[in-house]
Amino acid sequence: MAAKRNLYLTLVAITVVAILLWFAQENLNPYYQRILTLSAIYSMFAVTFNLIFGYTGQFSLGHAGFAAVGAYVTALLTMSPAQKVANFFLQPIVPFLRDVELPFLPALLIGGFVTVLVSLIVGVPALRLRGDYLAIATLGFSEIIRVLLVNLQPLTNGALGLKGIPSNTNLLYAWGMLGFCVFVCKRLVDSSYGRAMKSVRDDEVAAEALGVNLFKHKILAYIVSSFFAGIAGGLLANLISTIDPKVFYYTLAYQIVGITVMGGMGSLTGSIISASLYTIFLELLRPIESQINIGSLQIPGIPGMRMVIFSVLLLVVILFYRKGLMGDTEFTWDALFRFLRKPKGRNDQEGKVA
Amino acid sequence: MAVLLQLDHLVKKFGGIVAINDFSTILHQGELCALIGPNGSGKTTIFNVITGIYTPTSGQVHFNNEDISGIKPDQITGRGIARTFQNIRLFKGLDVLGNVMLGMHIHIASNVAEAIIRTPRYNLEEKVMHTSGMELLDALGLADFAHAEPTSLPYGKQRKLEIARALATKPQLLLLDEPAAGMSPSDAEELMDFITSVMQKFDLTIFLIEHQMRVVMGICPRIIVIDHGEIIAEGTPEEIQNNNRVIEAYLGVETHA
Repeated sequence: MAAKRNLYLTLVAITVVAILLWFAQENLNPYYQRILTLSAIYSMFAVTFNLIFGYTGQFSLGHAGFAAVGAYVTALLTMSPAQKVANFFLQPIVPFLRDVELPFLPALLIGGFVTVLVSLIVGVPALRLRGDYLAIATLGFSEIIRVLLVNLQPLTNGALGLKGIPSNTNLLYAWGMLGFCVFVCKRLVDSSYGRAMKSVRDDEVAAEALGVNLFKHKILAYIVSSFFAGIAGGLLANLISTIDPKVFYYTLAYQIVGITVMGGMGSLTGSIISASLYTIFLELLRPIESQINIGSLQIPGIPGMRMVIFSVLLLVVILFYRKGLMGDTEFTWDALFRFLRKPKGRNDQEGKVA
Repeated sequence: MAVLLQLDHLVKKFGGIVAINDFSTILHQGELCALIGPNGSGKTTIFNVITGIYTPTSGQVHFNNEDISGIKPDQITGRGIARTFQNIRLFKGLDVLGNVMLGMHIHIASNVAEAIIRTPRYNLEEKVMHTSGMELLDALGLADFAHAEPTSLPYGKQRKLEIARALATKPQLLLLDEPAAGMSPSDAEELMDFITSVMQKFDLTIFLIEHQMRVVMGICPRIIVIDHGEIIAEGTPEEIQNNNRVIEAYLGVETHA
C-alpha cells in the first residue's frame, strides 16, 4: 500500500533527521549550529503566519508581539534569581518573578500559553473586523506590546532588556518544536476544521451560509498561531541570550510576511524552505556589509545592505514564482516519486492537464 | 400541511431606501414556491433577511414556529435553512468533494483537539463525511469530478455543486437564488427538472428566486411576484400570467405623451 509505504518513509526520514541533528549538535561548529537553529525558529514564525493568513485568510501582523511575549515570559522563567536581581538594578523585579525558576520545556510551554492569553485581548475584538482593519489592529497590538515592554520596568526591565538568559535552545529543541508545530498545523489544516478555515479564507459570506461559525474558526487559527509563535519567541530568547524591546520591532512581522510569501501561501513546506533559505542567505551575505578592498579601491561597508539584496531576491522569486516557491502544494513522497520516475518534459505536460 | 416558514410583515430599509416593504407569506412543508420580480425588486434582499445576512428593520421570520429573525447566518443554517447564491460562490481552495464535505462540517461532533489527535471518533466522522459526500455527488451526477477544482467545472455543473453543497448541511428548506441565471432556455429547463427531482429525493421545501417568469411556469405551483419590495401578485402560473399589475411591472405602463 502506498499509504503504508509513505508512513514508513516518513518515520525513516524523521529518524534520519533526528540522528543528523544529534550528530550536528555534537560535532558541528557552533556558528553553523546557530544558523540551523535560527532557521527552525524562523520556520516556526513562517508556518504560524501561514496558518493564520495562508490558510484562514486573516492578515494578522501581530507576530512581532507574539514573539516578544513568548520571549520575555520564557526568559524570565528560565533565568536564575541571582541573574534577575543583577539585571534589574534600576528598579527591583517583582518578587514572584524573581523567585521562580523553571526548566526550559515547561517555561517554553507557559510562554506559549501566556502569548495566547495576551493575543486574545486584541484577537477577540479584532477578528470581528475584516481585511485591513485586522492588519492595523494587530500591528498596533505589536507596538503596544513593545511600548509596554519598555515601560513595565519591574516586570521586563524596560529598555535595558534582559541579559544572561541561559542558552538552552539547541538544534534538537528548535527542530523538535518545529516538528511539533508542523505536525499540529498540518493535522489541523487537513481536518474538517481546516476545510472550514479555508472556506473562511475563500468566501466569508458563503462559509457562513454553510454553517461555518466565522469567528470561531478565525480565533482557532489565531490561537494555534500565537501559541507556536510564542514558543518560537521563547526559543529565540534562549538562543540569543540577550533580548530587549528593539528585537521585536514591527519590522520583524514584515520579515515574517516576506518569508511566508516567498515560500508560498498555504504551503507549510514552502514556509520551512523559505525561512531556512532566508536565514542562510542573510549569513552568506554578511560580508557585503563589511569593508571590501579591491586592489587599492576601498568600498566602505554599508549596514543594512543585506536587506536590500534580500528585497531584490524576494522580487525575483515573486517574478518567476508568482505563488511563491511552493505555491500551495506540499512536499509529498508521491510527488517525489512521480518526479523521479518521469522525464521532466512529460511531467510538465501532465501538470498542465491536471 | 405544517407551516415551515412564515414571514411576518418584513421590512428592510437601507437608509432612506425601502428594499422590502411589508412582505408576508407562508411556506408549507413540501412546497415549491417561486419568487419573481424585475431587477432590483428586492428578491435577493428577502433571501438575505431569511438567512440572517441582514437583520430585518421590522417584522419577523418564523421557521418551524421559532422566531429566527436577527440570529446569525451560521445558526440559521444549523436550524435547517440552506441557500445558493446568484453569483456562484464555490470555495476554490477546496476540491469538489471538499466543498460538499464543508457543508457537513456544521454537524461535526468531535472538537478541534480530537481532530488534531485524530481520535477514533474523529476518524469515523471524517470517513462518514467522505462516504456521504461521495453519495451526494453521485446522486447529483457529479461523482466523476470529486477531486477536480470547482472552478474547472462547466457552468451548469458549478450550479449543481452549489446545490449539492447546500444539501450537505441537511436542510429542510432550500433557498435557490436564480439557479438558472446565465443559462440557455434548454439548460434552464433541464436544471428545473433537476431541482424537482432533488426536491423529491431529499424531501425538501424549496423557495426559489427567478428573474424570468417562463423558467418557473412549468414547475412551480405557486408564484409570488414582487416589485419595489412589495407583493403585487400571488397565485398559480395562470393567474400570474394574466395579472395586469405583473404585466405592468415587467413591461411598464403605457403612457400617452
